[in-house]
Amino acid sequence: MEPQFRAIADHALLVSFAAEISEDTHAKVVALDTAIGANMPVGVIETVPALVNLLVSFDPIITDHIVVEDHVRSCLKDMEVGQVSGVRRHVHVCYEAPLAPDLNAVATATGLSIDAVINAHLAGDFHVLMYGFAPGYAYLSGVPEPIQVPRKSAPVRDVPAGSVIIAGPQCLITTLTMPTGWSIIGRSPTAILTGDPNHPFLFDVGDHLTFERIDLTTFERLNKGNCS
Amino acid sequence: MTDAVFSVSFAGPLVTVQDAGRPGNMRYGVPASGPMDSLAYDAANAALGNLPGATAIEISLGGLMLQCKEGAVTLAITGGDFVVEHGAHKTSSWTVLTIHKGERLAIRAGKAGSWAYLAFAGSVESKDWLGRQATHSTSGFGGGALQAGQSLVISDAGIRDDRLGEIVQPDFTPEGPIRVVTGPQDHHFSAGAVERLLSEAYKVTDAYDRMGMRLKGPVLELDGALSIPSEPIVRGSIQVSGDGVPTILLADHQTTGGYPKIATVISCDTDRLAQFRAGHSLRFTSISSDHAIDDVRTLMGLKAQYLSQISVPRGSLAQRLMRENLLHGCVFD
Repeated sequence: MEPQFRAIADHALLVSFAAEISEDTHAKVVALDTAIGANMPVGVIETVPALVNLLVSFDPIITDHIVVEDHVRSCLKDMEVGQVSGVRRHVHVCYEAPLAPDLNAVATATGLSIDAVINAHLAGDFHVLMYGFAPGYAYLSGVPEPIQVPRKSAPVRDVPAGSVIIAGPQCLITTLTMPTGWSIIGRSPTAILTGDPNHPFLFDVGDHLTFERIDLTTFERLNKGNCS
Repeated sequence: MTDAVFSVSFAGPLVTVQDAGRPGNMRYGVPASGPMDSLAYDAANAALGNLPGATAIEISLGGLMLQCKEGAVTLAITGGDFVVEHGAHKTSSWTVLTIHKGERLAIRAGKAGSWAYLAFAGSVESKDWLGRQATHSTSGFGGGALQAGQSLVISDAGIRDDRLGEIVQPDFTPEGPIRVVTGPQDHHFSAGAVERLLSEAYKVTDAYDRMGMRLKGPVLELDGALSIPSEPIVRGSIQVSGDGVPTILLADHQTTGGYPKIATVISCDTDRLAQFRAGHSLRFTSISSDHAIDDVRTLMGLKAQYLSQISVPRGSLAQRLMRENLLHGCVFD
């Protein structure tokens, strides 16, 4: 499919590569995001990469849909899909009680032992697809097929920040105390909201991520350093 | 200059610190936040001669009561038609007044409007996040929500006698239906759904906060696809959930989501939309994206002119007379 352009109100352009999610499509989103970011045209405020499309948000006093679309078309011509490899990030996770309330249920649902669920999760090659829902909520693809479970029928309230949660092929590390219908399989002391003004969010879309197991004592020691 | 210190005697829900917002972070799940009604917010700062984007307080229908504990400061109140009580003196929003140590100020829901703004001739001391003080209400990041019992410190508090009194209200706010550009998923709706959105009346419900405004009205049926791959959302996106009910996303919107969006409210109309209250009936009209650009440029021109007019100090009575005389080309003896 040729990229499709839709005008969003008076201040944004949505560039869509496909109707369905695929690795190839997401690679195009990341490539276009990188290409525009390397050469931000006058009046463009930001780009927002998602699963199958990219939003280009602009100041309508300075530019318009037609000018922005022309620029995007020239970026599309020059961009190299698959050239952006992203950085590999390492995130600590503790799978011990009381930090992993749904680990048992995931084991039961998948017919695996708890250790097998943990090992499968540790073996996953996770990929940052997009942010959404709340600040710092990075949607990660790459939950191995044997431990993919559907969302729970009802969300659970007040799930603590740092929870490592899964649903279907996706995984997420929460940054706020929020409700979730995903399965909570562990807790991470790694700060996604870094507090560093020059690099306030740990991941960029397109980054890869590996989980590293820690025990409860290590979790408690590392978690003390975080104020969130 | 010294500080003015207030204690918060009462603050309703969603009374928050806001500056002009933090655009540029949507890729990290962070909407711009900032004022729900940016025109009223800008007017409050302009009426005091503040720099655009100075930090102010956004007041919800819940209202706010302050007592001045130390110092004195001139402040501006704009937005909707709220009730303002300064000691025994009762007035309404769109006013500039000076509050002194020991005096009380109450700002309460009045005849119209959902959001009022309180700006100070001085700097509001508050936390910032990503370099801005605007509050993101769902996380509380930024300056945050005001709570009863806390103090509110205004540093470099100034007295601006030449700015006191009523603020001229903007007279260029468009009336009539809320303007939208259809899409991007209008094709996911059953035949007639877009037409229904553009021809029927919808009502604002009380499911209304800084994230969005849920409407009530004719159901907008989806054509099969109940969800789409999650994609970016903007302020003004009209998303439709599985039950066919539209919700307009506003200042603290989620940055991505999987509900189809039938249309997007243009930026010219989000300020007046935000001032509607539960029960208010509204209609939508569709315009092209080219037309939307023309409209926003016209409105921004009028807004700039208006803000520059109200930012001129009125001066003392003598100065005002002098100015009037000069303007009219004759001088009284």
